[in-house]
Amino acid sequence: MSVLIVAEHRKGEIRDVTFELLSKGREIVKAMGGDLYAVILGKDVMKLAKSIAEFADKIFVIEDERVENNAEAYVRVLKRLVERISPKLIIMANSSFGLDIAPCLAMELDIPLITDCVGLKFSDDKLIATKSIYGGKVLADYLFDYGKTYFVTLRVGEFKVTYEKGRGEIEVLPSIVKEEVVNKRFIGFIEPEKGEVDITAADIIISIGRGIKEKGNIKITEELANTLGGVLACSRPIVDYNWLPKDRQVGSSGKIVKPKLYLALGISGAFQHIIGMKDSSLIIAINKDPMAPIFRVAHYGVVGDLLKIVPELTRMIKESKGIK
Amino acid sequence: MNVIACIKRVPDVSEVDVEIEPSGKEIKKERLTFIINECDNYSLEEAIRIKERFGGSVTAITVGSREDEEILRRALAMGADKAIRVDFDLKGDSYTIARVLSEVIRGEKYDLIFFGALSGDFGCGQVGAYVAKILGINCVTFVKRIEYLSGFIKAYRELEGGLEEAYDVKLPAVVTIQTGINEPRYVSIMGIRRARAREIKVLTLQDLGLKDIDIAPKVKLERLYLPPPVKAAELIAGTLEEIAMKLVALLKGKGVI
Ligand SMILES: Cc1cc2nc3c(=O)[nH]c(=O)nc-3n(C[C@H](O)[C@H](O)[C@H](O)COP(=O)(O)OP(=O)(O)OC[C@H]3O[C@@H](n4cnc5c(N)ncnc54)[C@H](O)[C@@H]3O)c2cc1C
Ligand SMILES: Nc1ncnc2c1ncn2[C@@H]1O[C@H](COP(=O)(O)O)[C@@H](O)[C@H]1O
Repeated sequence: MSVLIVAEHRKGEIRDVTFELLSKGREIVKAMGGDLYAVILGKDVMKLAKSIAEFADKIFVIEDERVENNAEAYVRVLKRLVERISPKLIIMANSSFGLDIAPCLAMELDIPLITDCVGLKFSDDKLIATKSIYGGKVLADYLFDYGKTYFVTLRVGEFKVTYEKGRGEIEVLPSIVKEEVVNKRFIGFIEPEKGEVDITAADIIISIGRGIKEKGNIKITEELANTLGGVLACSRPIVDYNWLPKDRQVGSSGKIVKPKLYLALGISGAFQHIIGMKDSSLIIAINKDPMAPIFRVAHYGVVGDLLKIVPELTRMIKESKGIK
Repeated sequence: MNVIACIKRVPDVSEVDVEIEPSGKEIKKERLTFIINECDNYSLEEAIRIKERFGGSVTAITVGSREDEEILRRALAMGADKAIRVDFDLKGDSYTIARVLSEVIRGEKYDLIFFGALSGDFGCGQVGAYVAKILGINCVTFVKRIEYLSGFIKAYRELEGGLEEAYDVKLPAVVTIQTGINEPRYVSIMGIRRARAREIKVLTLQDLGLKDIDIAPKVKLERLYLPPPVKAAELIAGTLEEIAMKLVALLKGKGVI
């Protein structure tokens, strides 16, 4: 029973999640027997292949610049490889890239796909994939029936990296793409704009979420931030609403921060947010909902109304600092 | 341009306790409030803006129960021209939904088909891409910005860390829309009420010529359960004043102030 992981890379670098995929893949082949395969596709990928080969039993290298940033061509090449090596399980990252490729590949191969898995294990020869749904409040076990190739994407940042080694063979394969695939044409990357405030450099972050309810309420948190000498950051919806600029967003599609204090106000704790702040030294969360997933990563929590607590807290900090 | 927006109604669980049905296959729905899936609201807005700028029509489609018509009325109130519901109780997976939607879409005129990037309940991120494959048209996912040109669009996909990538995509195409692409207009309760008078076309699987076998799910939901309580935060409680005092003491203790 072999497992195939699809290595993710961007702009000439392996993405960290690739090591998560290799680690989970290794765990499964150790339990079930079989080889751990990796595949890397794109332009000038040999160097990248060499840097991760030791963690797989074999890595397939398919050099073709036409698959780079071209999902259609990428899927064609990947499909041919899967047909050739018939892995029992294919693993990709549940990233923006993974979710662009995986459903198309699953349809092409006519195999079942479970995206965004937070757990993956075999029991009685059956693969059970666990998803975290309803904003992290419920877990769901899914079953693949035995006999087919299974396909999953793994939640990024969810699985531990173990760096266990394999045989490390490298096999170069030709690309099957004959001509340019042009229905969708890659134009280029657009870097995020540099804003006026760099929240990644801040020691104290006061971060607000949808619990702030109205734009007008932001000023009470701003005052708290000023009193503490910190900066204001936020969850994604606050940026989507244009209440704060994009450079203030914490999370997978925003910034990764590690301040001394992260005060999460009215943030539920979706994994895309958690991934951006979980390594902060001190996390305090204020949320009305005692079941909010943010309380799983926070060191201290207050179940209550931020609109009441924040002004009171600001007042007392001022008092303790002797500010009127 | 003719745009189709596939939309889904989902429970809003952000401030409530979720309970599991004894069957272990569903959550208890009775006391929940339902909303239009967050990204689907953005995709509807985008569809309506295209119509306002370039002409054409907007068709909103949902696969679901009678109650789900609520979001179709909302779509009509926002400016959609046509609303279709496929009567189906959603026992299935993303593949099932995609097959059903594809059959409806085949019977409609379209240049663009919009989906949400992810559904807020199960978050699969599959339906849009599946439909594109079934219909054999282009697909671009996680789109944060679109420029409309003749015969094609320039779509900006969202990657991690605020990075974007741009593609020229020939039409017709499926686009899955990410939150924040626009500012969805406000829809008043009155507007939604008025939309009650408008027609919602209801189709059955039979009407679409679909048999159970055509739409058999690819994956099986075994059970739902609540996550185990893990190392939770140390809770600070008391009156408002006590809470603030304890927080100040905590911040002082940790050397923050
Ligand atoms: C591809 C992708 C990328 C994403 N990237 C990011 C990202 O980078 N960063 C990010 O943050 N999100 C990201 N998201 C969105 C993420 O999934 C969540 O939707 C988002 O984090 C929710 O934000 P929130 O916690 O502010 O809102 P909600 O989930 O709506 O939570 C609001 C919380 O406020 C609480 N609340 C309400 N009123 C009060 C009150 N008066 N006092 C106290 N508490 C109150 C509620 O109990 C609730 O827990 C991404 C999503 C996708 C699909
Ligand atoms: N029952 C449904 N009816 C109409 N559209 C749906 C339905 N389920 C999912 N979709 C669409 O598919 C998108 C992605 O869903 P998912 O693949 O479940 O994450 C949603 O944002 C909707 O646009």
